[in-house]
Amino acid sequence: MPGLFDLDLVAARDALRAREITSTELTAAYLARIEATAGLNAYITVTADRAMAMAAASDARLAKGEGAALEGLPVAIKDLFCTEGVLTTAASRILDGFKPTYESTVTANLWRAGAVMLGKTNMDEFAMGSSSGTSYYGPAVNPWRGAQDAGTPLVPGGSSGGSAAAVAGWAALAATGTDTGGSIRQPASFTGIVGLKPSYGRCSRWGIVAFASSLDQAGPMTRTVRDAAVMLSAMAGHDPKDSTSAAEALPDLEASLEAGVKGLRIGVPAEYRVDGMPSEIEEIWARGIAWLRDAGAEIVDISLPHTRYALPTYYIVAPAEASSNLARYDGVRYGLRVEGENLSAMYANTRGAGFGAEVQRRVLIGTYVLSAGYYDAYYRKAQRVRALIRRDFDEAFGRVDAILAPTAPSDAFAVGANEDDPVKMYLNDVFTVPASLAGLPGMSVPAGLSARGLPLGLQVLGRMFDEPMVLRVGRAIEKAAAFTARPAMLEGV
Amino acid sequence: MAEQDRAAPYRIEGETGAWEVVIGLEVHAQVISKSKLFSGAATTFGAEPNTQVSLVDAAMPGMLPVINRECVDQAVRTGLALEAKVNEVSVFDRKNYFYADLPQGYQISQYQQPIVGEGVVHLDLPDGSVKEVGIERLHLEQDAGKSLHDQHPTKSYIDLNRSGVALMEIVSKPDLRSPEETAAYIKKLRSILRYIGTCDGNMQEGSMRCDVNVSVRKPGDGYGTRCEIKNVNSIRFVQQAIEYEARRQIEILEAGGSIDQETRLFDANRGETRSMRSKEEAHDYRYFPDPDLLPLKLDPARIAELKAALPELPDVKKARFMRDYGLSLYDASSLIEERATADWYEAVVTGGGGKRDPKIAANWTISELFGALNKAGLDLADSPVSAEALGGLIDLIGDGTISGRIAKDVFAEMFATGKDAAAIVEEKGLRQVSDTGEIEAIVDAVLAENQDKVAEYRSGKDKLFGFFVGQTMKRSGGKANPGMVNDLLKAKLAG
Repeated sequence: MPGLFDLDLVAARDALRAREITSTELTAAYLARIEATAGLNAYITVTADRAMAMAAASDARLAKGEGAALEGLPVAIKDLFCTEGVLTTAASRILDGFKPTYESTVTANLWRAGAVMLGKTNMDEFAMGSSSGTSYYGPAVNPWRGAQDAGTPLVPGGSSGGSAAAVAGWAALAATGTDTGGSIRQPASFTGIVGLKPSYGRCSRWGIVAFASSLDQAGPMTRTVRDAAVMLSAMAGHDPKDSTSAAEALPDLEASLEAGVKGLRIGVPAEYRVDGMPSEIEEIWARGIAWLRDAGAEIVDISLPHTRYALPTYYIVAPAEASSNLARYDGVRYGLRVEGENLSAMYANTRGAGFGAEVQRRVLIGTYVLSAGYYDAYYRKAQRVRALIRRDFDEAFGRVDAILAPTAPSDAFAVGANEDDPVKMYLNDVFTVPASLAGLPGMSVPAGLSARGLPLGLQVLGRMFDEPMVLRVGRAIEKAAAFTARPAMLEGV
Repeated sequence: MAEQDRAAPYRIEGETGAWEVVIGLEVHAQVISKSKLFSGAATTFGAEPNTQVSLVDAAMPGMLPVINRECVDQAVRTGLALEAKVNEVSVFDRKNYFYADLPQGYQISQYQQPIVGEGVVHLDLPDGSVKEVGIERLHLEQDAGKSLHDQHPTKSYIDLNRSGVALMEIVSKPDLRSPEETAAYIKKLRSILRYIGTCDGNMQEGSMRCDVNVSVRKPGDGYGTRCEIKNVNSIRFVQQAIEYEARRQIEILEAGGSIDQETRLFDANRGETRSMRSKEEAHDYRYFPDPDLLPLKLDPARIAELKAALPELPDVKKARFMRDYGLSLYDASSLIEERATADWYEAVVTGGGGKRDPKIAANWTISELFGALNKAGLDLADSPVSAEALGGLIDLIGDGTISGRIAKDVFAEMFATGKDAAAIVEEKGLRQVSDTGEIEAIVDAVLAENQDKVAEYRSGKDKLFGFFVGQTMKRSGGKANPGMVNDLLKAKLAG
């Protein structure tokens, strides 16, 4: 009989429905794992009492043969989602003590589907970062260690690094993340799990602390592709409270999961072969291409000519929106207030103390690119390039059903690395931001290990609202990769 | 030239000659709607502080704006009433600045693509000509909250009830040339907004506020540098501010100085404007399209529907009153300024089987009713005399039951007691005497008592005729039918 932790989301769901296990024992086991993995700093807040109460309620429903799609399944929530009565920080000091009186649409959907909340996970402050190292609550840590250098803690990626570490370290059965420029996919790649950024508009942004409104999108972080499909089905849906929420009905995400890739046309973009890319990234990509070809897909060389402009475009658009979105953290109504002799001084003191260095950097960049005299050269131009990037994808998707690319240009790096070099940190997003700018769905699937014995993911991109295709191709990769490696820390669990 | 003959343009005489004043207005009109522009919170004026605040209005983390379609409809109605181009696609932008009563740290407004483009307002000038004032644009935006500085010795309090309420900013072209024209423009605009029910135009409560752009130039020159006077909250203050500001600018220019483009405040207590911030200190609002909102798209069918449902507008009503009721421009203008007044007047005219004389009805409404209401400090809505009751009084005049003079007394009684005219006439026995025998007896008595005057009259002193009429009316207690008195006196005096 396999242990509780051998059960992925779908397996645990089935075991709960078959009454082989209870949510109470499953939830208690995960809460114990959270304690055991405290060193990962994956959680900012653990809601143990609430979790046990929710589990008991789920067990009562399951006992009556009731229960919704995620009934009794313990999940972790990135601390960017507002949760009613539960500390919500965005990993920033500026939201010190902030307990929302409201529940985000996505988490409300999850609770309605019966999921159990384990707690709120660590992340880069305001989701700005690729390491989860900019958190006011200290860095989250990757459960994985390098084979030759087990003493060096590694980053779980970011910004949804706490969620990734929790899922990879079996401290949550699944988790929510948010992805603005790669914040679900890159940590998924770094921790050997599945991370799906849906099409922009699939999940409501209502109640998610905003970073960059035109890019932010919530998505699932799970052990398997099927788990991702199940989680997303519960999270997504049209929300009249979010004007940018998609009206398109969510298709059955599991229906075509096992359909295979035979006859599909898979695009391989030439521009993703970037200078200085480690050969092992190139190799894992080539392996992915071979898997899909072997499974019957037709591999098509495509061009996305404006790819090289995606990163600079992203680092104009996202900070611009962030500079405005973060203006509300002024010390007047909630969170941190540091008094000053007048209103301006109070603002400066509050925001100076409340925002970390990376957030301040982006607010400054964003303010600059929107200011009079620079708007045309930066923000307006970036919007034009964004339209060209979107057009690149439109043209490519006229010829192919999905695109295969690496998720990140490297495996996980050491905690503290790249911190003095923002541009190097930003390069982590090079393969993920183009799809973010275009609003397209993208998923990272674990594909293999690097020379250092660390996970590497491959990224599948699809047409707007074509999550079923992304999941279908992702599932084919997952099957071919047969990625069963686990971090050493899980041995004996 | 003919135009100059008709009316002398407004000029301010300086040491170097006459100056022309150029004025443009930005009117902020609070939209009448149940809830705010982007949230479901209520908009009632005067509620307890911070009781009409949604999570969106307080800019809680993760909150998102959702456009209120009723506010959009109101803006479209207003655009149509201003004969303006309604844009089927418009964009909401963020105007970024920090202030304690601006919770989001930005105001959602419309910058480059407003919902309404160019339109026009027609002004009737005192000389009878019509002036067209161009509308540059109308856009929708959020109002800010209120800072209360008088509640605590060292702290400011914030009331967010107004935060997020929908405003229409209506921007005129610099087409106005005098304080009077500007006043007429504001009144006309307010009249239009009230007609269509998109803004109550209440300047005291701040539901209509004006930013006034003023510059001066020598007639025929190009535009001078303008100053913007912020947030002036009465028509009188607008006029004062323009006059003060124009004279200030003229003084500077005539002393060889130049005008700094700046934002100024009007100090109502001292009747002057003073600098608020210079161009260099002007905010950089960092406008950009609000990524939380999609471009606002209007269905042409909805625009057509709103257009078809618009009420008759002031200009059209005025023309109709002049044409159909034979009213003077002055009478028609004063009757149509408020829709309720016009409706009231029309109820008088069309009541009573349509036999009432529209001109008499207009005179009674304007001179007697408005006069009495004014004196009593009442609004038409609170008038003790209903349209039906005034109609009843006019009918009594029309059918000869009472004379016009008696009618004034009856009206005063109606206004004081709320009773109807017929009842008062009966009660007080004011019915006009039209019985020939009765009047003849009075006339005979008057003539008998004034034989000397009769002799004078007959010897050519025609002017005494009025004396006999007066005496006869007096003796009848004012009730004698004046026409019959005239006829009888003429016959009898002719001897």
